[in-house]
Amino acid sequence: MTLDALNLMPILPEIILLVLACSILLIDVFMRAGSRDVTYWLTQVSLVVIFVAVLSGMSMDQRLSFEGSVINDGLSDVMKLAMILMTSMAFALSRSYLKDRDIHKGEYYILGLFGLLGMMIMVSAYSLLLIYLGLELMSLAMYAMVAIHRDDIRSSEAAMKYFVLGALASGLLLYGMSLLYGITGSLDIAVIRQAVLGGEIPKIALLLAMLFMLTGLVFKLGAAPFHMWLPDVYDGAPTAVTLYISAAPKIAALAILMRLFGDGLIGILADWQMLMIVFAVASLFIGNVVAIAQTSFKRMLAYSTVSHVGFILLGVLAGTADGFSAALFYVLSYGLMSLGGFGIITYLASRGIEADQLDDLKGLNDRSPWMAFILLILMFSMAGIPFTLGFWAKLAVLQAVVEIDLVWLAIYAVVMSVIGAFYYLRVLKMAYFDKPLITGMPVRSLDMRWVLNGTGIAILILGLFPAGLVALCAQVF
Amino acid sequence: METIYLWIALAPLIGSIIAGLFGRQIGRVGAQSATITGVAISFVLALYAFKVHVLDGGEVFNGTVYTWLASDLFTFNIGFLIDNLTAVMMVIVTSVSLMVHIYTIGYMAHDEELWPETSRARAGGYQRFFSYISLFTFSMLMLVMSNNFLQLFFGWEAVGLVSYLLIGFYMNRESAIYANLKAFIVNRVGDFGFLLGIAAILVYTGSMDYHEVFKQASQLAGIQVELIPGIEWSLISVICILLFIGAMGKSAQIPLHVWLPDSMEGPTPISALIHAATMVTAGIFMVARMSPMYELSEAALSFIMLIGAITAFSMGLLGIVANDIKRVVAFSTLSQLGYMTVALGASAYSAAIFHLMTHAFFKALLFLAAGSVIIAMHHEQDIRKMGGLRKFMPITFWTSMIGALALIGFPGFSGFFSKDAIIESVHASSLPGADFAYWLVLLGVFVTAFYTFRMIFLVFFGKERMDKHTREHLHESPWVVTVPLVLLSIPAVMIGWVAIEPMLFGDLFKDIIVVKPSHDVLAQVGSHFHGAWSFVLHGLMSPAVWLAAAGVLLAWLTTMQFPVVAQQAEQRFSWLSRLLKNGFGFDAFNTIVFEKGSLGLGRGLWKWSDLKLIDGFMVNGTAQSVGRLADVSRLMQTGFMYHYAFVMIFSVLAIMTWVLFF
Repeated sequence: MTLDALNLMPILPEIILLVLACSILLIDVFMRAGSRDVTYWLTQVSLVVIFVAVLSGMSMDQRLSFEGSVINDGLSDVMKLAMILMTSMAFALSRSYLKDRDIHKGEYYILGLFGLLGMMIMVSAYSLLLIYLGLELMSLAMYAMVAIHRDDIRSSEAAMKYFVLGALASGLLLYGMSLLYGITGSLDIAVIRQAVLGGEIPKIALLLAMLFMLTGLVFKLGAAPFHMWLPDVYDGAPTAVTLYISAAPKIAALAILMRLFGDGLIGILADWQMLMIVFAVASLFIGNVVAIAQTSFKRMLAYSTVSHVGFILLGVLAGTADGFSAALFYVLSYGLMSLGGFGIITYLASRGIEADQLDDLKGLNDRSPWMAFILLILMFSMAGIPFTLGFWAKLAVLQAVVEIDLVWLAIYAVVMSVIGAFYYLRVLKMAYFDKPLITGMPVRSLDMRWVLNGTGIAILILGLFPAGLVALCAQVF
Repeated sequence: METIYLWIALAPLIGSIIAGLFGRQIGRVGAQSATITGVAISFVLALYAFKVHVLDGGEVFNGTVYTWLASDLFTFNIGFLIDNLTAVMMVIVTSVSLMVHIYTIGYMAHDEELWPETSRARAGGYQRFFSYISLFTFSMLMLVMSNNFLQLFFGWEAVGLVSYLLIGFYMNRESAIYANLKAFIVNRVGDFGFLLGIAAILVYTGSMDYHEVFKQASQLAGIQVELIPGIEWSLISVICILLFIGAMGKSAQIPLHVWLPDSMEGPTPISALIHAATMVTAGIFMVARMSPMYELSEAALSFIMLIGAITAFSMGLLGIVANDIKRVVAFSTLSQLGYMTVALGASAYSAAIFHLMTHAFFKALLFLAAGSVIIAMHHEQDIRKMGGLRKFMPITFWTSMIGALALIGFPGFSGFFSKDAIIESVHASSLPGADFAYWLVLLGVFVTAFYTFRMIFLVFFGKERMDKHTREHLHESPWVVTVPLVLLSIPAVMIGWVAIEPMLFGDLFKDIIVVKPSHDVLAQVGSHFHGAWSFVLHGLMSPAVWLAAAGVLLAWLTTMQFPVVAQQAEQRFSWLSRLLKNGFGFDAFNTIVFEKGSLGLGRGLWKWSDLKLIDGFMVNGTAQSVGRLADVSRLMQTGFMYHYAFVMIFSVLAIMTWVLFF
């Protein structure tokens, strides 16, 4: 194959992102230490550029390129747009937090951009190799980001745990992939799909491959029982980093879950469905029950993530178009809510105050009624109270589960949400009915206020008028 | 025409809204003008509708006004069915209502004196009252004009609501609150049956529309249902009896009659309008309207006849020992409602509607006259403290006499025709229990005459037993009170003459009220009918008139001539007197069994089921166990990396084992 026969257009946004990220890296190196704001704004501008690049090439058709190893379709485009948007929001919500802790370095943004590149590759990957490459690019960037506050012992500990356990999970994934390659003779998901549907490959080896890949992937998602790194990492990492790793990467992980299992291994749906049910049940239990015992708001949100991952798995395990679009809808809503939740922490955290304990939220309404209201929207939405965004997301997922006659699973999920509602509402009780322990509000930059307010309002409006987003998610499949 | 019907119903509603929401701004005069105008418009239009339908024989109107709700299986419409029956009812309702509205101006003139100084409800009470009675008129019209069960139920509940509000109009009085609660709760029992009946109709026919349901009624008669395992019932009987249970509540039939005597706590105009002339007859109207269904169930008819006969007789007895002027009239109402019910049971639906109409006029007259007496007596209601009022209040006296004569069935007065027709019909009926019912209604005539004239004699004749202050201020009531009395006494005398032939024996209700030929008792009675005059002559020969005369004579003897006899008799038969004064112990029974029982049951459920089981075990228990579970589960999160890695590897192994070997 010669270079001129190669069509680079399908990966144009990724190429632009790589070029821009490298340029910013170079610029940042030659800047004085006090002018990291320039890096920040350059990063935001480059995010806008690739957002436009993705948007201009957006189409709901499936387009294969690079010998079938890269795929561009509605799913990849919608997910890329969401990831770029969320990364940009995460950066906006992080800047003052980083400044207050004297860790406002260019590396944060540059690693973030490389992580985003990894995610975009994951979303468009249609071969095992590319999936793995994207995943590792993203993971390596995130390991480094977690360690960015290297003088903080908790941050370093979190990075260490994340790296070792993540490596273990990557190993499992890679092992599964090698098995799959061995029995199907191809890295190409389209070929694998045909081979599995053909049914002429040894079942046991196929099951083992599926098992290892699934465990590796659900680790990245943070589903129980492979969730144990998640609270420690989310809690230990600087909140700015937690903000970043809690939103967009989940979307990318969902993408490969859908590509690998919903597409490549759809032939053995019944087998992986069973495993996913186990993971979903465990996640819903751990996420909702253990969160009750937390005193740290940040850690509570980490457990809440585990429970949301359980819901996302519910959508995927249905194995139907409805289920996939429900999972997509859920992960997008979750990303917004998670940004809002951790965003409130970075907003309230000023120099010397981490503001990540539940006690720090006491009496928020007295300090700032508007922030308390945003918190109210977020908590209602996470709890899935009707006519919030989270409610529609849960409803869609449960509908998909009920459609495949797993009514007990839906009931179980609802019961667990009821338990979960307790700790979300407890936060509101503290914010509205308790006396504040801290007084005054930190002064925040305009972009940060806009992004946080915008997140709250977007969740509110999408909750009242969810039809557009629902239709978009349904159109993708 | 549809617009006219719409205005008949809506005019009182508009009046009510104006008086109710803007009462303070428009004041007393504004409120009374608005509501009276509304009802007057309604009355005039109702007369026009009466002319079109009854006199000119216009087409029956059956149409939908709008769709209230449409679901997959059912469509609920709001619509009107205007035929001769509706036209008659509309005229009765609007005319009595108009009279009562005018009368209220006089009756409620000094309303604020009846409120405590500090009461916040004192201001605007007058306007509120007008708003309520107009709202009642709207509700009652919606009830009678309905062409479907849903709207019937709406009207049914709405009149119940207004009745509740008006009985407890003086909301600072303990007894009024007790009475309105009682009315509400007892009606709830009836409405439960009513609702079940409607639900059964909806389930089996899939429609709420009268005509659709009547069309399918004969199919329903063929269905057997098993309510209690092992016993089969005809579905139509079940539906009819359930609907009639609703009627028993609203039309105060034994044993759901207990609320009506207490409802006299409300101001007198509403006793006349709601608890005598219109609302309480809703049950009678409903059964007559449903005649195509009731005709298919002899069991239901027999049941209705027996309930009605027992009510007619026993409630009359209670009137004998009552001393409150309004309660006497109230017991008389109960007894007369019993007569109407008996007529329904005997398939003489037209006779029931006929009696409903005559009763509406003479009973409203009697109530308003009683109200006039009460105004003059400064709200003293005990007839033992009255006497000799004839000289002071001639108009009230003469109109009361007319009402009383109509009530006891004096030949030629309206009540005579209707009551005689009922008695003859029951006599002709061959349903099980008809003989028993016949004797009860016949004896009831004697009782009616006795208590009615006992009241008349005690109030208007004899010595003046009131205190000196009251006596000095005795005078006839103002014209707003006496004019309605005079106007009502006209139909109380005349309506029987005019209406008997078309209503009972003509084809006024042809195709509206359906009677099976084998049940058609009125046809038998009608075979001897040769005009109103001969009916009177024939009536003179019947035992009923002589029994009435005996009753009047006995009343005269015991109250005027030999009051000692009455006292001695009361002492001699003190057990009987006590039994009657306690209303056969229905109230005591309800208090002990239902009131105490449900309070005890409620307390028990609260203590055991709510506090212990739900709050203690299920709610707090669940929360506590979840909390404990959370505390235990978080211990797994040790913070050691090798533990985490171990859990991961162990999970993979466990799952692998599961996948590969099971």
